[in-house]
Amino acid sequence: MSTKINAAPHAALSLLKRDLGLSLTRGGGPLLAVGFYLTLMAMIPLSLGSDSGTLSRVAPGLTWLSLALASLLSLERLFERDYEDGLFDILRLGPLPMEVIALLKCLAQWMGTGLMLAVLTPFVMIILGAPVDAAFISLIAAILGSLSFAIIGGVGASLSLGTRKGGVLIALLVLPFYVPPVIFGAGLMQAYLTGAPVVQALSLLSAYALFALALGPIAMGAALKSALS
Amino acid sequence: MITWLANPERFTRVFAPIRPYIGGLAAVLFVWGLYLCFASPEDYQQGDTVRIMYLHVPAAWMAMMVYLIMGIASFFGLIFRHALADAAAKAAAPIGAVFTALALITGSLWGKPMWGTWWEWDGRMTSVLVLFLFYIGYIALHASIDDEVRAAKSTAILALVGLVNLPVIKFSVDWWNTLHQGASVVRMDGPTIAPDMLWPLLVMALAFKALFVWLWLVRIDAEIITRRYRTLRARLSFQ
Repeated sequence: MSTKINAAPHAALSLLKRDLGLSLTRGGGPLLAVGFYLTLMAMIPLSLGSDSGTLSRVAPGLTWLSLALASLLSLERLFERDYEDGLFDILRLGPLPMEVIALLKCLAQWMGTGLMLAVLTPFVMIILGAPVDAAFISLIAAILGSLSFAIIGGVGASLSLGTRKGGVLIALLVLPFYVPPVIFGAGLMQAYLTGAPVVQALSLLSAYALFALALGPIAMGAALKSALS
Repeated sequence: MITWLANPERFTRVFAPIRPYIGGLAAVLFVWGLYLCFASPEDYQQGDTVRIMYLHVPAAWMAMMVYLIMGIASFFGLIFRHALADAAAKAAAPIGAVFTALALITGSLWGKPMWGTWWEWDGRMTSVLVLFLFYIGYIALHASIDDEVRAAKSTAILALVGLVNLPVIKFSVDWWNTLHQGASVVRMDGPTIAPDMLWPLLVMALAFKALFVWLWLVRIDAEIITRRYRTLRARLSFQ
C-alpha cells in the first residue's frame, strides 16, 4: 500500500510528461490548432470588410469565438487513440484514479495547445485593432478561458468516446457549455475597452475555470469508466 | 415508493390504467384554459397579443421543469442504477426539446409586435436557445451510442453536467440585464400580474403539465416495450 501511495506522484508526473510530449509532437502538434486560429482570424476582415472602426469593435468578441472554436479541434484526439490502443486498461492498473488520469491528460493537452492559443490571443486582438495596452489583460483572460475550454472539452470528448461520430458530436455537446466563458471573456474585454471595471468579469471567468477544474474530472472519470466497461 | 415503482412490470401495471385519465385531464384543462385565454381582458398596452403569453410562459416553464426532471431521473439512473430511471430520462428529452422550441417560437412571435423585433439577443432568450441546443446534444449523444446501458450512463453524466446550465439561465438574466422583463408571477410580495390574467395562465400551466405527464408515461411505456422486444429477439436469435 505504501509503495502505491509513493508511486502516485511519480506516475502522475510521467503521464503528464508523456502526454505533453505527444501533444507537442504528434500529428503536427499545436500547429494544427494555431493554424486554424490564425486562418479564422484572417477570414474575419475578409468577411466583415477592412474598415478599422468595425474591426476594432468586434475584435474582442470574434477573438474569443475563434479561441473557442480552435479549442475544439484537438479534442477528438484527446482520449480516442489511447482508448483504441488499450492504454487506459494499463493505466487503470496503476496507482492513479481515473479522474486524475483524465485531468492530467486534459492539462497536458491544454499546455500543448490551449496555452499556445492563449499566447497568440493578444496578438490576434491587436492585429484586429484592439489597443496595445489591452494585451496583458487579454492574455490573462485567454489563459483562464482556454483552461475552461480544455476541461469542458475533455468532458465532451470522454462522453463521445467510441461513438464513431467523433468531432461533430463533441462540438454539439461542448459548445453550449462554452457559452459562459465566452460571455465573460468577451465581456471582460468589452469592459476593459470601454473603461468599465473588469473585476467582476475576471472573477466570474476564474470562477468558471475553477468550477470546471473541480467538477470536470469527476464527470470525465465516470464517462471513461463507463466507456471502458 | 420510487424503489417500489422502479420495477418496469409494476410501473406498467400501476400507470397503464391511470394514463387515459391524465390524457383526459390534459384535454379538459386545455379546453378550459383556452376558453379563459380568450375570455380574459385585453392588456391596455399590448392588446390582443398578450394572449400569446398563455402559451409562451407555460412552455418556457416546462422547458426548464422537464430539464430538471431529466436531471433527477439521470441522477437516480446513475447512482441507483434503476433501468426505469434511464428510460424516464430518455423519454423526457424529446418532449422537453419540443416545449423549448415552442417557447422560443411563441416568444419570437410575441416579440415582433411588442419589441418590434423577431429576436432580441438578451440573456434569457439566449440561454433558452442554449437549453434547446443542449436538448439536441443530449438526444444526439443517446442516438450515437449503440449499447443501451452505456448510452444511458453517458447521457446521465451529460444531463448532470448540464444541470449547471439552469442556474446560468437565471444568472445570465441578471448579468446581461436587458429588455426582457423580470419575474412577475413568482415574487416574494405576491404576483404583480392582474388576477384576470393570472387565472388563464395558471390553468394553461396545469394543462401543459398534465400533457407532459401523459406524453411522458406513454413514452416510458413505449421504451419498456421496446426493451422487452429487444431482449426477446436477442433470446430467440440464440436458440
